[in-house]
Amino acid sequence: MAHSEQDVLAGLAEIVNEESGIPASDVTLEKSFTDDLDVDSLTMVSIVVAAEEKFGVKIPDDEVKNLKTVGDAVHFIVAQAA
Amino acid sequence: MKTTVVVTGLGATTPVGGDVSSTWKAMLAGESGTVLLEDEWAQQLPTRIAARAAVDPREVLDRIEAKKLDRSGQFALVAAREAWAHAGAPEVDPDRFAVVVATGIGGVTTLLDQYDVLREKGPRRVSPFTVPMLMPNGPAAAVGLALGARAGVHAPVSACASGAEGIAYGLDMIRSGRADIVVAGGTEAAIHALPMAAFDVMMALSRRNDDPPGASRPYDTTRDGFVMAEGAGIIVMESAEHAAARGAYVYAEIAGAGMTSDAHHIAQPDPHGAGAARAIRLALTDAGIEPEQIAHINAHATSTPQGDVAESLAIRSVLGDTYAAQVPVSATKSVTGHLLGGAGAVETIAAILALDTHTAPPTINLDEMDEAIELNVVTGEPLGLPPGSLYALNNSFGFGGHNVALVVRGVR
Repeated sequence: MAHSEQDVLAGLAEIVNEESGIPASDVTLEKSFTDDLDVDSLTMVSIVVAAEEKFGVKIPDDEVKNLKTVGDAVHFIVAQAA
Repeated sequence: MKTTVVVTGLGATTPVGGDVSSTWKAMLAGESGTVLLEDEWAQQLPTRIAARAAVDPREVLDRIEAKKLDRSGQFALVAAREAWAHAGAPEVDPDRFAVVVATGIGGVTTLLDQYDVLREKGPRRVSPFTVPMLMPNGPAAAVGLALGARAGVHAPVSACASGAEGIAYGLDMIRSGRADIVVAGGTEAAIHALPMAAFDVMMALSRRNDDPPGASRPYDTTRDGFVMAEGAGIIVMESAEHAAARGAYVYAEIAGAGMTSDAHHIAQPDPHGAGAARAIRLALTDAGIEPEQIAHINAHATSTPQGDVAESLAIRSVLGDTYAAQVPVSATKSVTGHLLGGAGAVETIAAILALDTHTAPPTINLDEMDEAIELNVVTGEPLGLPPGSLYALNNSFGFGGHNVALVVRGVR
């Protein structure tokens, strides 16, 4: 199922808020999960698994380390779901 | 000369109150925290009663903070924050600040819930926080992290003696010079089908489902087991010197501790209470006092047929039959139920407050005293204790043959 970039960003922001308490409005494309949003590695796993379920995609463990920014994750999910 | 160790903060969350003052008020009023479990999982169990926490810790903690903690860790954090605030939230040297939070069972509900997730949804869905949540040192580590303790975080595990052992461990840390200030106590959250079923098949739990408030009845002839409870008790302990330097209000001293093991049976108490008696003697010696100086006892008294008798024999063997028949004994598990790893800490707090307010709380549900007990058990109304600085004894025993006795000294 195809998702627009906006939809994925909004959905991901909701997940980040649910898992870490960070306000959804802070979750913007250029933000780094670790440096800007202070998401630790365990919380990142929760976010990835929740995103897989929400968007019906697979995010391999090897890929997670490449998802440094919110934009990286949004683009990966959009590409996978296309 | 041993370092004097004082108590400067108290925190608790129990089946009868979300903090120390509400818990103490309920103890004095003799209000039971035991309820009938309405949960579907409980309906198949022979025991369908338990003492649930009066305040759900998830209502107190930040949502994300709560999500990453087992319920036992949630209780510990709530009680530790209360105790720390109560102590004045002091600025301390983190390298001289330690945490000891004991548990009897650890994160058992997390373990079981995540096993359900594994079976129903697969390995990918198991929470990445499962290990830190289920490990028995999880609550201690969470409290240490929240308060910034760097002299060590520890989690003694000795079943139902754990909470008291946590305080004994804290005492050792300060006396041996490893820390100046220690946040110490115990926690438990095991009201779940499996632990309930497992304690029940041991014939350890009361099955008085038709009378939940009357189920925890230490020393009564019709007692039939303990009532599973949940919650935590935490105290702030520091060297008297450290407390004085910061002008802290002192509630009591932890004057001595004694710890022994029965080497008798994995779950049965030594019927003569010999190991318990040795622990009490060691605690008195450690405090440098004679048996006749004990003015109040907060007994372990879980409401099991054998355990209550074994403890009374232990008390009588150390205090002598005559003096043991005079000292006011409170069995506060009649009110709170049995907090397992949290019990010893909550009951140490009760003993501290009894000394500080010169009031021993009543033991409820004691309608007909078991003749084998022969102790002066406080019933009905709270009992006034004599004025002046008094000593109290707090006993805690656990499956495995663990015996922990603490001696507390009131300071006013």
